[in-house]
Amino acid sequence: MKIIVCLKQVPDTASVKLDPVTHTLKREGVAAVINPFDLFALEAALQLRERVGGQILALTMGPPQAAEMLREAIGYGVDEGLLLSDRAFAGADTWATTAALAAGVRHLGGADLVICGKQAVDGDTAQVGPGLAQRLGLPQVAFVKAIREASAEHLVVERQMDDGYDLVDLPLPALITVVREIGEPRPPSLKGKMRAKKYEAPLAGAAALGLAEDQVGLKGSFTQVVEVFAPGAAGQREMLPGPAEAAGRAVIDRLVADKVILLGS
Amino acid sequence: MDYFLSEDQMMIRDLCRQIAEERIKPVRAELDEKEQFPRELMKSLAQADLFGLIIPEQYGGLGGGCLENCIAVEELSRACVGVSTTFAASFLGAYPILLFGNEAQKSKYLPLIASGEQLAAFALTESASGSDAGSIQTQARREGDEYVINGSKQWITNGGEAGIYSVIAITDRSKGARGASAFIVEEGDPGFSVGKKEIKLGIRASATAELIFNECRIPADRLLAKEGMGFIVAMRTFDKSRPGVGAQAVGVAQGALDEAASFARTRKQFDKPIITFQAVAHMLADMATKIEAARALVYSVARYVDSGAKDISKAGAMAKLFPTDIAMEVTTNAVQVLGGHGYMRDYPVEKMMRDAKILQIYEGTNQIQRNVIGQELNKEYGRGK
Repeated sequence: MKIIVCLKQVPDTASVKLDPVTHTLKREGVAAVINPFDLFALEAALQLRERVGGQILALTMGPPQAAEMLREAIGYGVDEGLLLSDRAFAGADTWATTAALAAGVRHLGGADLVICGKQAVDGDTAQVGPGLAQRLGLPQVAFVKAIREASAEHLVVERQMDDGYDLVDLPLPALITVVREIGEPRPPSLKGKMRAKKYEAPLAGAAALGLAEDQVGLKGSFTQVVEVFAPGAAGQREMLPGPAEAAGRAVIDRLVADKVILLGS
Repeated sequence: MDYFLSEDQMMIRDLCRQIAEERIKPVRAELDEKEQFPRELMKSLAQADLFGLIIPEQYGGLGGGCLENCIAVEELSRACVGVSTTFAASFLGAYPILLFGNEAQKSKYLPLIASGEQLAAFALTESASGSDAGSIQTQARREGDEYVINGSKQWITNGGEAGIYSVIAITDRSKGARGASAFIVEEGDPGFSVGKKEIKLGIRASATAELIFNECRIPADRLLAKEGMGFIVAMRTFDKSRPGVGAQAVGVAQGALDEAASFARTRKQFDKPIITFQAVAHMLADMATKIEAARALVYSVARYVDSGAKDISKAGAMAKLFPTDIAMEVTTNAVQVLGGHGYMRDYPVEKMMRDAKILQIYEGTNQIQRNVIGQELNKEYGRGK
């Protein structure tokens, strides 16, 4: 089975800084780690390779320093990596990110299975996995907590739900995003780490992927970050006097007036 | 201290430390309490390629030597000696094949050990034969293309968990110690079974069991080296493995110092952290000094072994003797520093103290180590006189 795992290098949450001009997260020069949720994707891929054999490719989009993360992935036992890196990719929202990643998957010749973590800890959107599946025209199951069966043709997976799980028979090729329950990420392996020391990940920019500048990065994004700020700690406080029922009604009236809620007719 | 480890050796240390912190520490108390074999942890060590550490690359290993093994074992032991014993015992079982196996034996068994697919074990001790290894009773007789083994082995680490056993048995009783031979026995061989699993003071995560051979038939090509080489196989195996026991001792002692020093910094009596009292600080200072001396000895001997030196018996015995004696002292004093807390199972030092005791006993008691050193001294100083 050919598996592509999408990884994102994220700032170590202890050292996050914002770019004062673009209001996006500053990634260069900040301690970076593999997105913790992507480690579960990596673990899922390693488990699958143990069960059915095959190859694991790690795909990421990021600044040149993301090559270090791919080296780390090699240490975990990944066979090959691909770094999508280009100044034009900077500032991408999830739409532009999936454009680049989809091109990356095609650049790698496609896969039987693409695995993503359920979301990244910096953006927290959980959109890239499903968006990538859409762009690749692949069936997808998000929030996979276990892979019950795996063969060259299909997977049977458990999709985590609020009140239990769905059992989904998923024909391949396909994309899944995985959650923590898939399995605790294993430590790296010695052979992998020794290989990683000398590993240089291949690199592809927008031109190599056949992407125009307006498809990727800030220019290819529908969302623009206008401002990033920490919400003020203290709001205005107003005490509504009177019995509870009257006070409750006053709260509702105020929320309707401020268009926070709509009352049904 | 900087021991000028290579980049690869530091990588081994860091990875083992990571596994010890993330995987072993959270479960060690439960494994100890339930006397439960660490099957999941062995899987993690296998995934990390650690079972291939000392196995040559052509058999699927990493081709490391004694020092690499000591570095790994020290880090694992810092968290749990029960786990590190299980790990190290597989190499103890592998050494006879590694050192004396023919090409067919090596290519059949070493890859299985290197991948962690199977654990190995070493079987010498019997109920009436401990330090006096020459008195073993288990016999093997040749019958056509087979050997037939009868007898039993006692206190075999990884007994019942291993798939591959290196077994010492007598093939010619008239020749005494020169009448012993070494064999490879596989789990599932006819007439081979596992008896009582022992209940122990320490290293309770590790499995210690009796092996029973009742007309156990194995193909004749399972003989290691030649008939009569059994004791040489055993002694050369111990020469290689003893620094590893020293490394276990350094690890558990370091683990105990880590706990004792941290505790002494935060525990207040008479309005002061107890580390500020000279009585406590001096205990910690002695612990730290002895650990560093033991580590320096273990690493030096490991490097000497890896240099290809032949006369490693005395050095190997020293590298087992001193660290294990100080590990007993250090872990006992760690309990003392923690006082009542240290005596309780809520803190890890009482387990470390229980675990440390076996290090003075197994792979040759420390009395036997002194005998080895003494005999070598007698030879050295007798030369040319």
